[in-house]
Amino acid sequence: MIETWIAAFLTLCVFSFLYRENPFYRFAEHLFVGSAAGYLLAVQWHNVLIPNVWTPLTRGGDLVVLIPLALGLMMLARIWSKGAGIARWSIAFYVGVYSGVAIPGYMQAQIFAQLADAAKPWPPGAAGVNAALVFIGLITVLAYFFFSLPHRGIHGVGARIGIYFLMVAFGASFGYTVMARVSLLISRVQFLLRDWLHLLPS
Amino acid sequence: MRRGPLLVTFLSGAAVAALFFIPHHQAQAVNNKLLEWTLVVYAFALILGSMSLWNSHARKLNARAEGWPFSLVTLVSLVGITALGIWKGVGEGSPVGRIYNTVNSPLASTMFALLAFVIASAAFRAFRARSVEATLLLITAIVMMIGRVSIGPLISPHLPGVTEWLLDVPNLAAKRAIAVGVGLGAVSTALKIILGIERSYLGRS
Repeated sequence: MIETWIAAFLTLCVFSFLYRENPFYRFAEHLFVGSAAGYLLAVQWHNVLIPNVWTPLTRGGDLVVLIPLALGLMMLARIWSKGAGIARWSIAFYVGVYSGVAIPGYMQAQIFAQLADAAKPWPPGAAGVNAALVFIGLITVLAYFFFSLPHRGIHGVGARIGIYFLMVAFGASFGYTVMARVSLLISRVQFLLRDWLHLLPS
Repeated sequence: MRRGPLLVTFLSGAAVAALFFIPHHQAQAVNNKLLEWTLVVYAFALILGSMSLWNSHARKLNARAEGWPFSLVTLVSLVGITALGIWKGVGEGSPVGRIYNTVNSPLASTMFALLAFVIASAAFRAFRARSVEATLLLITAIVMMIGRVSIGPLISPHLPGVTEWLLDVPNLAAKRAIAVGVGLGAVSTALKIILGIERSYLGRS
């Protein structure tokens, strides 16, 4: 019960921003930052540091885990301005590994998968018309993003059609985002009216 | 001074990219081990971020700067939840799990719900049918918003179908092209990083 009251109070604190910035909103904002950071740290402790460093080191005697531990501790040197050079080694390792992951990962998931789907034979009927439209949209939007040639002539016509496809996609994304936010708003109002004030049947 | 870190980036990046194409179990074990190590480094990066947050708010508190009581709220919640989480765990039913459901979850969803008002007011000011492109964006957004709620079919029974078509055809085409562009950009940036052409992530000397 007390938890519902705290959640309701914090919800109202955030909604009070609709009037103007005020101490209640700032309290909720600062509490959110601190508790989110604290929660993340605790999760990392239990889900990453214990199973990947502490347990292998203390139970299995696996000294290899000292390498990531050292890299992690070197990252902390960044807190002092003179330690930036030490932290650079950890950042270099992290960025290097994820660059290596990105090359085959993006090639497979973003480029080949999308192009393979676009190159499928068109089915007969209305589905074929839609598939053709998707193919035309793909080519024209790519033409719009190709800036190595001026957007003139046939390339310019393609780029113009590509802009129309892009505008429809941006409109759809905007509409989707608004609806997602509105559904969150409805759920918060439902929480206040149903779970807290019991004005709505559960 | 940066040759060492650049060599580390090259070796780790080239190794992980090459290991992806070697299906041998030992190669995959090495790949998985390297990825595990990045998780540990990431955890320490989060600790570094929290230390930075601590420093920033502790300075405000010490100087009794404007809004210092709010900095105290941040510091107490940061230390309290970290200590409680490490001590008692973070799973469902734990004290931190309950705090998460009572504090973090309502705050996060209310903050995002607040964006509904911000987006609505921004759209009201920015959406003007000044050109064909702006009109297309405006019409699509309105159709998407109305077509996916219960009032949509009451206005026109075709509206949900139009919404689906917009999502499945022109939206898919543009998103696919964007995905291909993002993929090409990510691969070229990754190559530039591994080869040492892009060095901005190492900061200034």
